[in-house]
Amino acid sequence: MNMMQTSKKRHGKLVSPIITLAHGGGGKAMRDLIDDVFVEAFNNDALNTLEDQARFSLKDLANHGDRLAMTTDSYVVDPIFFPGGDIGKLAICGTVNDLAVGGAIPLYLTCGVIIEEGMSIETLRKIVDSMAKTAREAGVTIVTGDTKVVNRGSCDKIFINTAGIGIIREGIDLGSDKAQAGDAILVNGLLGDHGATILNARGDMELSAAIESDCAALHELIDVLLKAAPSTRFIRDATRGGLASVLNEVAASSKVAIEIIEERTPIRPEVKGFCEILGLDPLYLANEGKLVCIVPAAEAEAACAAMRTHPLGQHTAHIGNVMENGRAGRVTMQTLFGGKRIVDMLIGEQLPRIC
Amino acid sequence: MKYVDEFRDPVKAKVLLKEITQLANTIKEQKSYSGKRPIYIMEVCGGHTHSIFRYGIETLLPDTIELIHGPGCPVCVLPMGRVDDCISLAENPKVIFTTFGDAMRVPGSKKSLLAAKANGADVRMVYSPMDALNLARKNPEREVIFFGLGFETTMPSTALTLLQAKAEGIRNFSLFCNHITIIPTIKAVLDSPDLQLDGFLGPGHVSMVIGNQPYNFIADHYHKPIVVAGFEPLDILQSIWMVLKQLAAGEARVENQYNRIVPEAGNDVGLNAIAEVFELREFFEWRGLGSIDHSGVKMKDSWAAYDAEKKFSVPAIAIADPKSCQCGEVLKGAIKPWDCKVFGKACTPETPMGALMVSSEGACAAYYQYGDLDKLEAYRIAAAEINHPESMPS
Repeated sequence: MNMMQTSKKRHGKLVSPIITLAHGGGGKAMRDLIDDVFVEAFNNDALNTLEDQARFSLKDLANHGDRLAMTTDSYVVDPIFFPGGDIGKLAICGTVNDLAVGGAIPLYLTCGVIIEEGMSIETLRKIVDSMAKTAREAGVTIVTGDTKVVNRGSCDKIFINTAGIGIIREGIDLGSDKAQAGDAILVNGLLGDHGATILNARGDMELSAAIESDCAALHELIDVLLKAAPSTRFIRDATRGGLASVLNEVAASSKVAIEIIEERTPIRPEVKGFCEILGLDPLYLANEGKLVCIVPAAEAEAACAAMRTHPLGQHTAHIGNVMENGRAGRVTMQTLFGGKRIVDMLIGEQLPRIC
Repeated sequence: MKYVDEFRDPVKAKVLLKEITQLANTIKEQKSYSGKRPIYIMEVCGGHTHSIFRYGIETLLPDTIELIHGPGCPVCVLPMGRVDDCISLAENPKVIFTTFGDAMRVPGSKKSLLAAKANGADVRMVYSPMDALNLARKNPEREVIFFGLGFETTMPSTALTLLQAKAEGIRNFSLFCNHITIIPTIKAVLDSPDLQLDGFLGPGHVSMVIGNQPYNFIADHYHKPIVVAGFEPLDILQSIWMVLKQLAAGEARVENQYNRIVPEAGNDVGLNAIAEVFELREFFEWRGLGSIDHSGVKMKDSWAAYDAEKKFSVPAIAIADPKSCQCGEVLKGAIKPWDCKVFGKACTPETPMGALMVSSEGACAAYYQYGDLDKLEAYRIAAAEINHPESMPS
């Protein structure tokens, strides 16, 4: 059921304090929910035309660049509110970032939600308001959506899917197969904050580390980067699987060896300590506001300097290089201690060691 | 990080490595040193194995020294039959089965706990047995079972949790006890006929509980040096240096490098708690090593109400290790992980056949994930040259 089937923007019909199956039933309750929560928060011209689909002028799109980029991602984080963000903010930033790392200017998003019956309207409103605020700040418009309500136990509180459309700037052609020997590997800041925050917030650990998720939309920073280093080969946000997984993917696609230097890899002491206690490796922890980029050596310094002028790039670091020699597809790290180790793909989920 | 970075200082490491290289050369030149092989030092504990790979310590050591990765990963040595018992307990709908994280992936004969969880069993990851007891408090209508495993390191926390449960009169909490003891295991390794070892790095955290005296027989009876070692990279290098010092002087003693943590006589509170709850089993089955006398503990009869093996029925069917799996030989240092026929082929961290591929502390998984594969290739070629010189291209 499309949320825009309803009539023009309406207000205040919602009476029930919690979501029930009726809110997904296609009748009046659902219309009230959509009007009162979603349309109220997202309110924009494209959404308010209230058709089954959002419509765009091709001519307007073409003003931004010469190729269309499209992506989709689903968000199922537990807990839904965590230090530094919530599932709504994540659902916007994540999809904006997936577009931006392809060199696209993010423009339009969709919003599909699956809600477990019993969630309070107040909680839902908080999440949706957070989506609206994040989208506004990121300059993207949520133009269409869908709402479903499922039986208790059929989903965990709320799942959100956002798809996005962006336009790729002319002349930009980024890809994981484009890394070349001598290229520099940069990250825009401290790694592992999001992963550590979520593990900590689940409360199993009862550790009271003051860590916050780094959840942020990176498109402005990427704009700064691409202006300073127009020959950038590759950008990727280091989400699930962390830095290690991104580097392994590039090394495999580009058939190159990559070496990073532990001493230059920025990780917050709190996150390091958290990982020490649990026996986790911060290189594999998820990030939601960190990108890895590969730029030609000649543009590395300019890229670092430019990124450091942006609030999300203050801690930008040149952490390693694509090697002239070495086995293709291999990622290694020079350890602080002076040794060398392989940084492999993560097998399954990272599980804490017992002793 | 304070109190951590000090033990990871590369400048100090260089000094130690220089001395290690010189000492190893001296030892190899001694007439009493037999053969051309490198000096073999076994680190008993899986925690050491993990550190060795994580910091690339093997890539720093000279070729004259080789580290043999011993049997001290309690997750790795858990036999399939015991994993099957876990799954049978976990599949009881009344039960919340609690476990440490890295035991989740260990394969049983049909599935792992991770797969049982996906199939609907209520399996929960905890970080301490106290978390499990907390679950029992919060879910009085359910039976909470804690999957206790580990050497003497984790035994005291399990025992103290049980004492707490009894004191509070909590009835819906029990232990599936798979705790094992280190000393009989080291003895089994030392008694193995194909053993070639020159010295040991002793398990630091186990020793924090049991102290240093239990290792005396290694020096007295088997005449091998053992140095109880810490887990930071400088700890490990210093301990190797201490073992080499003894070897060079023709000595065999028990030394304690980890004296900032390990008291000479162990920890009384921990030992008393263990003695109150546990007693030795006659024998315990190890994956890869077979049955070892007195190598496991069970709960005393007076604790039957808290013993999951008595409270519930478990199938207790012994399952033989897969035939192609050579974990036992790797554990004893008789062969290297990459000499095993299935290493990296049928047996990978994604589809582990053998115990050593299961946990990140297992020697095979560590080699597979962190190992210096170029060095490994070189070993492979060298081994092939020795064994089948005719098949090598000239």
